[in-house]
Amino acid sequence: MGKKLVIVTCITCPQSCAIELVKTKDDYEVSGNKCKKGKEYAIQEVTNPMRSITTTVKTIFKDFPRLPVKTDKEIPLNDTFLFMEEINSVLVKERLKPGDIVLKGIRNMDINLVATFGL
Amino acid sequence: MLITQKWDVIVIGGGPAGLAAAISAHDQGAKTCIIEREERLGGILKQCIHDGFGLVTFKEKLTGPEYAWRYIEQANERNVPVFLNSFVMDLKKEGNIFKLSLINSKEGAFYLSAPAIVLAMGCRERTAKQVFIHGTRPAGVFTAGLAQYFINIQGHMPTKKCVILGSGDIGLIMARRLTLEGATVHGVYEILPEPSGLTRNVVQCLQDYCIPLHLNTTVAKVHGKNRVEGVTINSVKNFKPIPGTEKYIDCDALIVSVGLIPENEIIEPLNVPIDPKTRGPFVDQNLMTMFDGIFSCGNALHVNDLVDYVSESGNIAGSNAANFAKENLQKRNLIPVTPKDNILYVVPQYVDLNQKSEVVIFFRSSRTLRDVKLKVYSDGNNYISKKYKVVRPPEMERIILNLSKVPSNISEINIELKGE
Ligand SMILES: Cc1cc2nc3c(=O)[nH]c(=O)nc-3n(C[C@H](O)[C@H](O)[C@H](O)COP(=O)(O)OP(=O)(O)OC[C@H]3O[C@@H](n4cnc5c(N)ncnc54)[C@H](O)[C@@H]3O)c2cc1C
Ligand code: SF4
Repeated sequence: MGKKLVIVTCITCPQSCAIELVKTKDDYEVSGNKCKKGKEYAIQEVTNPMRSITTTVKTIFKDFPRLPVKTDKEIPLNDTFLFMEEINSVLVKERLKPGDIVLKGIRNMDINLVATFGL
Repeated sequence: MLITQKWDVIVIGGGPAGLAAAISAHDQGAKTCIIEREERLGGILKQCIHDGFGLVTFKEKLTGPEYAWRYIEQANERNVPVFLNSFVMDLKKEGNIFKLSLINSKEGAFYLSAPAIVLAMGCRERTAKQVFIHGTRPAGVFTAGLAQYFINIQGHMPTKKCVILGSGDIGLIMARRLTLEGATVHGVYEILPEPSGLTRNVVQCLQDYCIPLHLNTTVAKVHGKNRVEGVTINSVKNFKPIPGTEKYIDCDALIVSVGLIPENEIIEPLNVPIDPKTRGPFVDQNLMTMFDGIFSCGNALHVNDLVDYVSESGNIAGSNAANFAKENLQKRNLIPVTPKDNILYVVPQYVDLNQKSEVVIFFRSSRTLRDVKLKVYSDGNNYISKKYKVVRPPEMERIILNLSKVPSNISEINIELKGE
């Protein structure tokens, strides 16, 4: 049986390395990555792709109607819209600053939504 | 009586470039202020809520607002004065001093003067008018940056079903953003045979959400009377439409992402020489323009693809503006850095050979090339040779030239990319 080759573009940095993966018995042979991070990324990408979500949430402030936010950890790419549904129900009532938690434990997981700008 | 406030350095624009310039000018002991026409500091980064900023400087993947915040904090810690909501009405030079007339709602008209000015006004987007599309001009045709502003700052969705013209990074990022907020993005249409944005954005913005990218395709016509009702797309070959390939797409908006242009309107009256290739002023390694005392940085100088380099250029412009304000200038011995084979443009376009320091040089290739060698040279002297596996026009390259290696009597430095 021929070995299956997969090519993954690393999105960790603007270099955008094209990384080649070949499945071995219990691991992957990885090449084409210019740094260590690329190997981790490529293996994650072919097993269970993960992304951070960056979006905005509503606020009660007229001078600042939207607060930019992000998830503090990566989430499974396939669950993006499930996360968005919960995030979109948030209404910010306090003047927060970057790093403040906006929503704790999204989808009952150990993932928080944090502010990325100050109101 | 109206008095003129005297400064050493006045920075125009409070985005990442202006903030970095003001911070470094202040740290050099110059009395520095920032003029910003918007309500808040941070520039365009306030609306760039996605991540990927600051990898070079902070070794972290920050969002645009987080990156801006770090510099806003640094400026606040130093109590750098900021004039917000302020518009420059007039800029002129009297003797060695620049005089600015401004207005804002708090102070009405006011006047500032300084021996050194840093231009950090950023860039603006090319609009649909600047690309050739037939048909009506109904509501619903707007730039990707404007869509970004509507959604991320104001919280309004400007479309339910749209087509994106142009595969620049902002267009790609907005394709994802619109999808995430529930809109349908029919596809991204690019006239060129390759995407003009970064590969990582094609992957994480389009492929992640199964948004098709159509290369060699353009929007030929917009339909609709008051509001966009649809567009006709067309395959192209050598920029000419291929007959019979027209296809109608039903949509309520056409979003264009066809490039950025440095913003330099306010210096037009001073006739500061502008590089037709970058659309920013010609500068030397200190980022001083050909007009003594005027410095330029960030996207007002040339369109950068990494904000880290924007801040770096602010830093260079700010500290040199502070030095200039203190000591004025010895005469410059400027020679051009000339783009040769396969180089689209170079910044700085000149170097002052009276200084022997290390110089940061940016260049873009004019097309995608593989296995090429970069050469920086003048008659008989070779200063830099460097191999590149691949160079692409959207990805700016940064090199360091040590001027102590360059003799003082040469007339030009050349830079070229050639296959091996
Ligand atoms: C819509 C858009 C989206 C972008 N997205 C990305 C991205 O995703 N990633 C990326 O790396 N880069 C992005 N860029 C490029 C981005 O502009 C740079 O990374 C960086 O923000 C440039 O910094 P700057 O300080 O030069 O300009 P800006 O951030 O644009 O700041 C310029 C500031 O000057 C002010 N100003 C302008 N004219 C005047 C005047 N006459 N008087 C007073 N103030 C004035 C403006 O209000 C603004 O605050 C984007 C650019 C645009 C236009
Ligand atoms: S492998 Fe390393 S260098 Fe290449 S894109 Fe990924 S993070 Fe960047």
